[in-house]
Order: sequence, then C-alpha cells, then structure tokens
Amino acid sequence: MRNWIHVASVPALLGGAVGSQAMAADLAVKLEIPRLNVAEYHRPYVAVWLERADQSVAANLAVWYDQKSKGAEGAGSKWLKDLRQWWRKSGRELQMPLDGVSGATRPAGEHQLGFSDGKAPLGRLAPGDYTLMIEAAREVGGRELVKVPLTWPPKAAQTLKAAGQHELGAISVELKP
Amino acid sequence: MNRIARLLACVAAATLPLAAQAHHYWLLPSSTVLSAPQWITVDAAVSNDMFQFNHNALNVDALAIVAPDGSRLAPENLGKGKLRSTFDVNLAKPGTYRLEVVRGGVRATWKADGQPKRWMGNAEAFAKEVPADAEGLDVSESASRLETFVTVGAPSALKTTGRGLELAPVTHPNDLFAGETATFQFLADGKPAAGVEVTLVRGESRYRNQLDELKFTTDKDGRVAVKWPQAGMYWLDADLEDDKVTVKAAKRRTLSYTATLEVLPQ
Repeated sequence: MRNWIHVASVPALLGGAVGSQAMAADLAVKLEIPRLNVAEYHRPYVAVWLERADQSVAANLAVWYDQKSKGAEGAGSKWLKDLRQWWRKSGRELQMPLDGVSGATRPAGEHQLGFSDGKAPLGRLAPGDYTLMIEAAREVGGRELVKVPLTWPPKAAQTLKAAGQHELGAISVELKP
Repeated sequence: MNRIARLLACVAAATLPLAAQAHHYWLLPSSTVLSAPQWITVDAAVSNDMFQFNHNALNVDALAIVAPDGSRLAPENLGKGKLRSTFDVNLAKPGTYRLEVVRGGVRATWKADGQPKRWMGNAEAFAKEVPADAEGLDVSESASRLETFVTVGAPSALKTTGRGLELAPVTHPNDLFAGETATFQFLADGKPAAGVEVTLVRGESRYRNQLDELKFTTDKDGRVAVKWPQAGMYWLDADLEDDKVTVKAAKRRTLSYTATLEVLPQ
C-alpha cells in the first residue's frame, strides 16, 4: 500500500498537478442500451470490468443479470455464461450475487456508473494501462463486447468514446485525476 | 458368438483405426460450458459426417460419467434409436464432468477350410473360442477411449488413468476459443506419445465441400498446439499402434483416442 501511494504520486508531481494526491481519481462510465425493434425483447445481461495489460481482471465493476428469475435457485445465473468473455475471465470463479457489483438487468436507455479510486469495487489499481471491457448478451438476441483502453491513474481529465454496433450503443468514459 | 460379444465386435470394429476408415464415432453434448447446475442431453452416434446422425446409433453400454469429485453418475432417459443413442445427465455440482466410453478387446482373423474367419472379444474368450493353431491366425488388441467434457462454473483438473491413449489437458478442454492456441498432451499408458497424428474436423461438414481437416503430429513430449481457426464443435481423433500386448498370440495393439471439443467464439 505504501508503495502504491509513492508510485502514484509521481505522475501527479510530474504533471504539476495542484492537488496534493492522485488518490481521488474517478472513473465514470456512460453506457447506452439501445432500444431495439424486435418481436421478443429481453433486457440484456451486461458486465463491465477492467483488464490489465496481460488481460487479467483488475476489477469487476458491474454485472447486470436476472437475479429473481422464477424457478430453480440460480435460474437467472444459468445464462451468465452468455457473457462469454466475462464468464471466462472472471465470472466462473465468482459466487453470485456480487456485493456492490451485481444488480438487476436494466432497460433500454443511458445508464451512468461512477467509480472512485480506493473505493470498492474499483479499489486501488496499480498505475498502468488498462482496458475497460463492456459486454452485453441478450436472450434470443445477440452479444457484443466493446473495449475502451485507458491509462490509470489519469494525468488530466479525459473523455473516451466508443460505441457498440447492435447490443450496445454509445459509450463514454470520463476520467478525472 | 454370443449376443454381447457380437455387439462388442460391432462397436469395437468402429473403434479400430483399420476398420474405422469409413465411420467416425462421437458423443455430442448439448452444452459444454454452464454457469449454473442443470441438465444436459447427449447424443452418441457413428457416422461419416461430423455430428450428423446418418449411419448408426453408438452402443453406450460402456458409458461412464465421471463427476468432478471422481464419483460416477448414471445416465438418465437412456434410449437407443436407429441413428443415435441419447441420454441425459444432471450436472448438479460445480467442476468438470468427463463422459467416456472406454473399450478394449482382442481381434483375430484366420482361415478355416479356405473361408476367412473374424472374431472379436475379450482376452478370456479369445483363449476359449479361437483355435490357437488356426491357419493364418492374425491377432491384435485394441484399446479405445471416446470422451467429451462439460464444465459447470470453473473448470476443474482432469486426471488421466495411465491406460491406453489419453489426452492430458494443458489447456482445459472447456476453455477453447477461436483464434487462440490450445495445447494438449497425448499419453500412451501414461507416458508421452511422440509422433502421433492428431486429426481435427469441425462439425457441420455437410454444409461445406471440403472436410477442412486439421492435422498435427505430437512432438517428443507428446504435445500438439492447435490454433483454432473458428468456433464450432470439433471432433478429435488420434491413433497409435504399438506392440504392448497382453495376449501372447497378439502381435500388435491399436490405440485410439477420440473426443468432442467445443470451441467458442471470441
């Protein structure tokens, strides 16, 4: 921990930042679930997580799935594997639900997520290059994975944009030092 | 020859590399990667075209379903049709399940009164039923393993038995993705099997003009590295012949390993 604070302070100092520490860095994610004109619509399962440069998972940020599916226990978790990359990278090792991370599926529209350095679920990340991964899978629909590369902690305020083609709409990632 | 021996002979014939040129045999699970305990259903058949039921049902009398903790599960709703056998399995616990059909036997050909004779059975029956001084007697042994894998939750380690030709996963068989390279090690009686030809055929071969077989040869450590060209259900076959026989009259042993592997898209 002491090590991290030391290292993380360096970019702030080099950048001549006025703030005394890099500890309060924020990561805000705006993601759009597109409105689809389909006969049978189900809200998509969505997972948002951060990967390190070696593709290992640094933090799970959000998992939206059907937690209250009727029927047998875990009926909704039956489809978590359709978030194929998330399932493989992280999901299959976890016990759902995930406190502070997982939640119910969300309707079409824009959704905002905010994360702060040092606080769950982001936690303290070692400085470096990361990829924000956003995966969506829809029952009787498609699946899509959007990747947004970023450097942490941010040296300056920054907005990164990306967009999905079918299961995800516009995505914007705001970084604040 | 009694009924069981004949049944054995039928199925074992399909497992022998020399006799199996025309037909492939396989297990086809309905799912290989699961995020919650649930039922799967499995088809078992013998056919030319991968995962198409167009020849014979596979005899699954020798089927074993090995749970992650090593215990055995019984198949449910087992049925045998003209073109396929089917069964259901309740995968109630997390980890990797191995579904296997392991067979072995002795095969003999000889001539009696100028007519060719064929025999297939176990070693004990061989001593009783095949005349030791038959004209042109040719005896071989076979050992075959057919399997597939299904994982609930995180994949668990798979143990090999040290008998026959086996696949020792380096890359877990339920962790295969298009564009990535998987490494498998082949063992013969538990020891690395070098120089074994391994063939892979992707399913749905009826929708293309070429088989598009992928062929690999195991290195000195018995390993192959397979880069998956695309997602799909793959049929893997490896065959080996050696002289490690248990029946004195046998000159050679044929070993075969066959598996169904699912490769997921990125």
